[in-house]
Amino acid sequence: MRYAMAVDTIKCVGCNDCVVACQTENDVPIGYCRDWIVEKTTGTYPKLQLEIRSERCNHCANAPCVRTCPTEASHYGPGGIVLVEKNECIGCKACITSCPYDARFVHPEGYVDKCTFCIHRVEKGQNPACVAVCPTHAMIFGDLDDPNSNISRAMATRKWKSLIPEAGTDPKVFYLI
Amino acid sequence: MIEEIITSGRMNPEIDPVLHAWGWEIPLYLFLGGISAGILIFSAYFSLRGRQDELPVAVKWMPLAVPALIGIGLIALLLDLSHVFYAWQLFTNIRWESPMSWGAWTLMIITPLSIAWLAIWLEDIFPKWDWKFDEAKAAIAWLKGQQRNLAKVLILLSVILGMYTGILLSAFNARPFWNTSILGPLFLASGLSASAALVAFFSKSEVEKRLFTRIDIMLISIELFMIVHLFMGHLAGTQVHIQAAQMFLGGPFTVPFWVFVVGLGLILPVFLELLELKHKFIPAIVPVVLIVAGNLMLRFIVVNAGQASRWLY
Repeated sequence: MRYAMAVDTIKCVGCNDCVVACQTENDVPIGYCRDWIVEKTTGTYPKLQLEIRSERCNHCANAPCVRTCPTEASHYGPGGIVLVEKNECIGCKACITSCPYDARFVHPEGYVDKCTFCIHRVEKGQNPACVAVCPTHAMIFGDLDDPNSNISRAMATRKWKSLIPEAGTDPKVFYLI
Repeated sequence: MIEEIITSGRMNPEIDPVLHAWGWEIPLYLFLGGISAGILIFSAYFSLRGRQDELPVAVKWMPLAVPALIGIGLIALLLDLSHVFYAWQLFTNIRWESPMSWGAWTLMIITPLSIAWLAIWLEDIFPKWDWKFDEAKAAIAWLKGQQRNLAKVLILLSVILGMYTGILLSAFNARPFWNTSILGPLFLASGLSASAALVAFFSKSEVEKRLFTRIDIMLISIELFMIVHLFMGHLAGTQVHIQAAQMFLGGPFTVPFWVFVVGLGLILPVFLELLELKHKFIPAIVPVVLIVAGNLMLRFIVVNAGQASRWLY
């Protein structure tokens, strides 16, 4: 089982519903976010191109945060989801500086926090909160090892990219383009 | 011209707009750890060579400072931990891939050993020193018997301590400026150089002063060589590495680095030390203050510049 997410940059309108759903579902402290919207404008006026992405932890298969963690607080959970065990985290912030996506932050209670792919929902067979609320159905979550899952089919039929693959982290969040 | 504008909705404290996960605590610790490693390496090495009476400051006196320096460094490290009451978790795991784990274990072993090393020399430097209890006297006698083994272990651990402060940073591929393995030897050389300068400053013996001034000149030359290589490596790297180097070649770190660290912290003191060797009168305090201040500033600049460099996407 290899959990992954695909975000359709053509369907995404940047409404921030995924951000709010995550903050509500996961009790993310005010002023922080585990997922966020990025708008990238390329070109020179009037020939402009806009790409909107909903970004989060990439749940890398070769995660630098897991490698640099001195206590095994950062670890691979079920299906390759990268998780932080808060009672093992000492708050040294090595994982924060090692993440090329800057997806982590220090929770006001001291431990390091980030996207969990809503593992508590996934374990019950539900979609992560961001995927569940997306009004344009721009996000797909599923198992890459299952060739019939929605995500495997989307990635087989659409063009896609991942973010800074050259950093060698083998990210598991993909962007359909 | 193709323009690219990226707007992000993320504004997490200490992460955006520029990463600032590590404040003053980490560079201060890297500085103190580097100097402690340098002091222990010189002390252990010259005691193995049997030169403790010829070089008393380097071998016997300087180790007095080490537990205090490491102690302040450890306090700084603890202040940096945001979940500090779980710090004991460091010692329930050995993680070979994590430089932070290497550092925690090295410090845990080297701190008591540095106290044992200091205890060996106490009777030499304070002739009236009395250990009072027979058990203490027996323990010291045993330690003195183990002096050569202890010195060998200390050299190994101190090299690890001096190097890992740089490796800690270079292990982070996410921060292109740090992502060069030359930081380990550079920080080791710079810690050794600061402790050599301190020995030359405190020593009253002409032999010791001249030896450590010569060692320091050599170490600073190596440092300058490695700094040039650091930038050569970055400039021959990928776009993000070139951008990281450009923070120092016209960017915001240009003046602090080249004027204060390289100019005032390396080139000027090496010049003053050369004059000293030619028996010109140079106030002894000047080169040592410049070197130690340059050393501290190098750590601060490298820690901040690394956090300011990143992959762009």
